[in-house]
Amino acid sequence: MRWYLHKLAMMFGAQPRRPSKREETDVARDMKKFQKTPEERYKRREIIAKEQQYPVVSNKWKYARWVSIIVINLMFVVSFSWDVQLVEGAMTASRFLGFHMADPTSALMVTLAYKDLMLNLIIGTVTVVVLWWFFGGRAFCSWACPYHLLAEWAEAIHLFLTKRGWVKDHGFHRGLRVVLWFVFMALAFLTGYTVFEYINPIGIVSRALIYGPTVAVVWVIFLLGVEIFFSRRFWCRYMCPMGLTYGVIGTMAPVQIKYDLSKCVHEGECREVCLVPHVLEITKMGYAQDTTEYIAPDCTRCGLCIDACPQGALGFTFRGLDGII
Amino acid sequence: MSETTPSPAPKRKKRLTRSQLERRRMIMRSLGAGTAAITAALVGWYPVANRLFDRLRPPGAIPEDEFLASCIKCGQCVQVCPVEAIVLGDGDEGYGLGVPYINARKQACDFSCDAVQCVLACPTGALSHEIAKKEEVTMGVARLARPDTCLAMKGEGFTGQVQGPDFDGLLRYTEIDRWTPIKVADHPYDLELCDLCVRECPIDDAISLVPLSSDPDEMRHIPTITDKCVGCGTCEMMCPVEPVAIIIDTEMSLEGAA
Repeated sequence: MRWYLHKLAMMFGAQPRRPSKREETDVARDMKKFQKTPEERYKRREIIAKEQQYPVVSNKWKYARWVSIIVINLMFVVSFSWDVQLVEGAMTASRFLGFHMADPTSALMVTLAYKDLMLNLIIGTVTVVVLWWFFGGRAFCSWACPYHLLAEWAEAIHLFLTKRGWVKDHGFHRGLRVVLWFVFMALAFLTGYTVFEYINPIGIVSRALIYGPTVAVVWVIFLLGVEIFFSRRFWCRYMCPMGLTYGVIGTMAPVQIKYDLSKCVHEGECREVCLVPHVLEITKMGYAQDTTEYIAPDCTRCGLCIDACPQGALGFTFRGLDGII
Repeated sequence: MSETTPSPAPKRKKRLTRSQLERRRMIMRSLGAGTAAITAALVGWYPVANRLFDRLRPPGAIPEDEFLASCIKCGQCVQVCPVEAIVLGDGDEGYGLGVPYINARKQACDFSCDAVQCVLACPTGALSHEIAKKEEVTMGVARLARPDTCLAMKGEGFTGQVQGPDFDGLLRYTEIDRWTPIKVADHPYDLELCDLCVRECPIDDAISLVPLSSDPDEMRHIPTITDKCVGCGTCEMMCPVEPVAIIIDTEMSLEGAA
C-alpha cells in the first residue's frame, strides 16, 4: 500500500526511490539477492553482450500506436470533411455516433469558468473517464492525443541532435504540471475564461486538423521547437494538465504494463525510450518491490519499453484478469 | 571561499553546493517555464478585455462573457451547419480562440436547417438549449448603416448576382429547393426595386420597405427593421451594394453599449 502511494506521489512530482526493507516482499528480496550472486552477474553480462551483438529491433507497439492516433484523429477529420458524422467535434468535446464525449480537464475548466453544471458535459465526461479508466488513463496520451504524435517525431529529432552533441536535454520538475493544473483551474474559476484552452496544444492541433490551420498553430510549432532544441518531451512530461487528469483517472486501470523481475537483466533500455522514465525506476537493480509489479499510474501505456526490452520482462496485461484471459 | 585553507569542511560544503546548484537550476527553470506558460495563457485576455473583435455569435449564444466561459471550443456547431456559416476564432482573438462566430457578409445564417441545429449540437449550453425556433434567436439587430448606398433608398432596382459571380455564399431558396441551399451566385436577380433584404429575410415581419413619402409614384423606400429581427445577417449577406448598406449590430456590441 505504501509502495502504491509512493507511485501515486511520483505522478505528482515525487522523486523515485528504492523500496524500503519493509516495503520489499520476501520473494523479491531473495530474488534480488540471487541476482547479485557472481554466477548470475556473469550470466547477465553474457546475455547483454549477446544482445549487443545481435540487436533485436521491434517497433510493434510504436506503429500500432501511430495507427491508433492517426485513425482516431482521422475519424474526426473525415466526419466533418466528408460529412459522415462518425465523430463530430474535436478532442475537447465530441459526439461519437451520437454519444457525448468530453475531455475531463476541458470540461472541468468550462464548469469552473461558467460556474454551472451542464448535463451533456457531465455525461460526456463520465463516458470518457470510464473509457480511459479501462484503457489506463494516460493511455489517452499515447494512443489518442494528436500532439503526442507530433511530439514523438520532435523527440526523434531531439534524440538525433543530442546524439550528435548539438543539443542538450534540460529537465524540469515534474511537479510543475501539478502546479499548472491547479493554477489553470483557479484561473478558470477566477477569470471566468477557459484560460488554459488558449495555450492548449491538444485543442489547437485537433481543431487545426479538423477545421483547417490557424495562426494558433504557431504556438504548437514553438512548443515543438522547445522540445527539439531544449527539453525532451517538454510539454508531455512537465506541463500538460490534461495528462495529469488522465493519469489520475488511470490509477486503478485494468490495462497495465507488468514488470517481471525474474526476466530483467537491468540494462535500462526501457528507461532510455520511456516518456515518463520515473515509472521504470523499478527496473533498476534493487529497485523492484515485488517479483512482478504493475508500472506506476503515470505510465502512458505506450509500449515503447515492451518493444525495447529484449528479455520480455515487460508486457501488457489486464490487472485482475491475468488468470482469466 | 578561501583557496588557501584546504580544510575538509568547506570542501564538503562545496560539493553539496554543486549538487544543489544543479537542482536549484532545475527548479528555477521549472518556475520560469511555469510563469511563461501562465503568462502566455493570460495574453489571451487582452483582446477579450478590450473587445478588439466584434463577433456575431451563432444562434442561441448566451451573453458574451458567459459564452466564452461555457464554450468548450469543439466546433460541433460548425459541423452541423448546412451552409457552414459558423467558423471558429483564431489565436489573435485571445480567449475567443476556437469559439464560433458568423461572418454574415461572407455567409449568413439563413436558418436553412429550420431547427437551429447548432444549438442542438452544442454540448455545453453555450448556445442556449432554451431556443427551439429561429424566431426566438437574438444574435443582434440589423441596422441600415449606410442609407446613402442603399438602392431602395435611391429608388433603384438591381439586376445580376449579389456580390458578384465569384461569391461563395449559400442561401436556401424555398421555391427552388426546399431542402438544399444553393449558391447565391447561381441565382441572379432582375428587380425593378431592390428589396433583397426584405425578400430573402428568413424571419416574418422582421423587415419591410416603407416609402419615403406618401406620393403614390414614390420609388424611394427605406428598409425598416422591426423588433422581430433576430440578427441572422441574411440581409447583410444579400445586400448587393459595396460597401454594404445594411449590417448587423451584434449582441456583443449592443451589450457593450448598454
